[in-house]
Amino acid sequence: MSKIELKNINKYYGDNHVLKDLTLTIEDGDFMTLLGPSGCGKTTTLRVISGLERPQGGVMLIDGNTAIDAAKAFYLEPSKRGLNLVFQSYALWPHMTVYENIAFGLKIQKLPRAEVDSRVREALKMMRISEYEKRYPNELSGGQQQRVAIARAVASNPRLLLLDEPLSNLDARLRIDMRSELLRLHRDLGTTIIYVTHDQVEALTMSTKIALFKAGELSQVSTPVELYMNPVDLQAADFIGNPRINFLEGKATLQADGLKVTSALGEHLFPKADMTDEPIPSGSFDVVVAVRPEQIRISTDQVPGSLPVTVYANQPAGSETLVSLQAGGSDFLAKVLGLVHYQINQQLYVQIAPEKINIYEAKSTRLIKRARVDDVSLPN
Amino acid sequence: MRVARGKIKYPMTRERLKNQILNVVRNPFNMIVFFSLIILFCLIVIPLLQMIASTFTAAKSEVRRIGGQPGDFTLYYWRYILVSNLASATLWEPLKNSIIIGLFTVLVSVPLGSVLGWLIVRSDIPGKKLLGMLVVIPYMIPSWCKALSWLAVFRNERSGALGFLAGLGMNIPDWLAYGPIAIVLCMSLHYYAFSYINVSSALRSINSELEEMGEICGATKPQILKSITLPLVLPSILSSIIMTLSKSIGTYGVAANLGNRIGYYTLATKMKVFINDGPQSVGYAMSLVLIALAALIIFSNQRIIGVRKSYATIGGKGGRSTDMRLGKAKVPLMIFLVLFLVMAMVMPMFVLVMETFQVTTGNGYGLNNLTLYNWIGTVDQAQKYTSYPGIFQNPEFGRSMWNTVRLTFLASIITALCGQFLGYISTRGRGKWYGSLTEQLVFIPYLMSGVAFSTMYFAMFSRPHLGGLMPSLYGTFTLIVLTSVVKHFPFASRSGTANMMQISTELEEAATINGASFWQRMRRIVLPLAKNGFVSGFMLTFISIAKELDLIIIMMDKKTQTMSYLAFTYSQEGYNQMADAISVCVLFFILVCYIIANRFGADIGKSW
Repeated sequence: MSKIELKNINKYYGDNHVLKDLTLTIEDGDFMTLLGPSGCGKTTTLRVISGLERPQGGVMLIDGNTAIDAAKAFYLEPSKRGLNLVFQSYALWPHMTVYENIAFGLKIQKLPRAEVDSRVREALKMMRISEYEKRYPNELSGGQQQRVAIARAVASNPRLLLLDEPLSNLDARLRIDMRSELLRLHRDLGTTIIYVTHDQVEALTMSTKIALFKAGELSQVSTPVELYMNPVDLQAADFIGNPRINFLEGKATLQADGLKVTSALGEHLFPKADMTDEPIPSGSFDVVVAVRPEQIRISTDQVPGSLPVTVYANQPAGSETLVSLQAGGSDFLAKVLGLVHYQINQQLYVQIAPEKINIYEAKSTRLIKRARVDDVSLPN
Repeated sequence: MRVARGKIKYPMTRERLKNQILNVVRNPFNMIVFFSLIILFCLIVIPLLQMIASTFTAAKSEVRRIGGQPGDFTLYYWRYILVSNLASATLWEPLKNSIIIGLFTVLVSVPLGSVLGWLIVRSDIPGKKLLGMLVVIPYMIPSWCKALSWLAVFRNERSGALGFLAGLGMNIPDWLAYGPIAIVLCMSLHYYAFSYINVSSALRSINSELEEMGEICGATKPQILKSITLPLVLPSILSSIIMTLSKSIGTYGVAANLGNRIGYYTLATKMKVFINDGPQSVGYAMSLVLIALAALIIFSNQRIIGVRKSYATIGGKGGRSTDMRLGKAKVPLMIFLVLFLVMAMVMPMFVLVMETFQVTTGNGYGLNNLTLYNWIGTVDQAQKYTSYPGIFQNPEFGRSMWNTVRLTFLASIITALCGQFLGYISTRGRGKWYGSLTEQLVFIPYLMSGVAFSTMYFAMFSRPHLGGLMPSLYGTFTLIVLTSVVKHFPFASRSGTANMMQISTELEEAATINGASFWQRMRRIVLPLAKNGFVSGFMLTFISIAKELDLIIIMMDKKTQTMSYLAFTYSQEGYNQMADAISVCVLFFILVCYIIANRFGADIGKSW
């Protein structure tokens, strides 16, 4: 339980500027995911927070106490920051048993033997690995090693738990299991968690907040739903979502009654209430219309307001079917739940709810019209 | 805060300065790096500079010839070896001999080692496992031992005692018994191991599917060898050439045993003459030439190959490996292998061992010519005039054995420890200035042949320095240990680096996060994990130091001599049987160590 404030953090490796003036606040109890492609600085940020890296510039506060003050060359030691870290490689000590691995930090703290024992057992029990306590790490499977690594990290009762791509070495099925495991852990411990991943599904499914990184800078910090529904720029929109969001070229003009956009999807007038604060060019300007594949509803009959399209390809995949469509010289992809078999070159009609469409200004690549987010939480 | 050249610069305040100093001082790793660099500087850079300086400084013994005061700047020594009328005999002739020997050794040993490597790794020759073990044994025999066995076989009446062949009534000409041909062959039978080990490990790392693809494309076996296999192992062959060349140019023991008695000198042997008889600075100047030569060879190699391949064998795991069928060539190749083993191992060993039992060498193995005198005889039992009792009765032998064991144990423990330590610094400092500086400093002794290196140490420590802070170690056992330790730094730190590379930094970081201090990390994480690598590193250094003659020959005297040195002295004095007996003991010692080292999984391929 800890609040982390990063202010203007700058980190260089030689001449390589890895973190550029990074400012980020992680609230107490957050499950904050640092998301981004590899090499964007998310692991470095985690290591700066942990104290393993020393940034050349910036300030970091933990619960209001200074942990980093680069101007004074002050860096609090990692062990005094009240945190623990789960490494991507797990970093289990191969010469120690599972028990010894978990007990190591507690013994270093010189806790009484009985307490060490009870805490280790508690951690073993929580991660459901009690039966492996006498084994060595190389006698465990990847998933079991992962649990040991997490058990080792939580045994010290950290106020802040850092996880560096902890699931990337697991197979797909185990990854889904461990995701729910981590969610339970977050709820049970109530610890602030900072989680690094390049996997957007992990980010979207687990986090309370996501910080999207782009080349050493933050491009967006928001809730998973907001990030998915309204990525702030084209790059973020392109990164988030699988299958990828559809981009269609269009022209727009700002009118008194809203934003008028013409594209392969036809003509739309979006109300001003849905527009962001981004500056809008005067006159007619280029925009990119972005539509999530699942927002495209397909029907075989023409209904009012629908758009005629032809089927380019059909990819049934069990629980869903991806349909490539063409309209007015543009290609786009639609996602339909369940198995559907459309014929190639079949004539279909699609409907898209205008309030779910994102509009980006082509030149600045910034979001100028938001999609409306439905309230997805269940009533209590 | 202001941003200069894209980087942040904070104004220096007292607090910032205080914290910066605390950050450096509080981290024991920084302190360790700091002191290691100072020590490396004292042990490697200063001696080198010192030796260079002494070649420009008039020494007391030559003042009369040079004029001026002792300590004056002079070019006398360099003129002496470069332009005086003695220059030809001092430098140019031995230099020519050294280079010729180096080149011919390469010419013989590299093809030999490469073919052996290919046969053992790639072909379907029978008994590969056994052969693979036998083939490295000749390398275990110290090169000076080989020279002694060569003499045991080919010695002629010039040295008074006949060898095996001369004893059979064959007329052995001088050019075969002594001199360049003998030296080249002896060295080749030693340094083939470089090419063998390099090429075989390269071949192991190559997926044999590459060769099979050639076969599918319709290439014949010679075509595959020529256009697929050879180009792939070419880098390792090149680096073997460089290693062999730089090593054989600087080797002392073989050249001294086989060349000195007919007045055939190489740079290394001539240098020793000057260091013993003066002017010593001439010897130092010559050893600088030797260092420059080795450096030139190795750096030109790096230029050509790009990487320091002469220093690191190609790693990586190979793919599937299928043996190439030799077909009709199998029998001739088997004969070749057996012949090699007989020539390089069986015959010299046999003759060497038998000679220790002979009254008169070269007189055959008749009962009347056999004796145990050389092993256990006392002086009054001697059938010929000799002032030495058999080696087991000779207190000198006991002393030298004790010295050998003491030296090898002490030096290899210290070396292996330092190696792990230096390895730790260079892996954890990878990409940082101190990491590469450490690596480069540690590499310097590699450039120097044993004789050149010990010459440098001899020059450095024959008098106190830094106002007594570095005391004079002249004639002490400590100096011999120190020399052996520093000379083996490159190899030891390489094995240390390889060892430390296996310990991921994350393991240490995990300990840091859990609150472990630097020393706790070392004790609880790094040391336990480094243990196995340390043991095998130790065993390899151990063997290497036990074999050593070149390195320590300059510093030896009656009090500090090792078995290698004792054998060398006996051989020089003409007590061939006793020299042989001691060599047999050394061989036995090394083989036992080798077997123990193998038990610990030490890879002999890394022991130079």
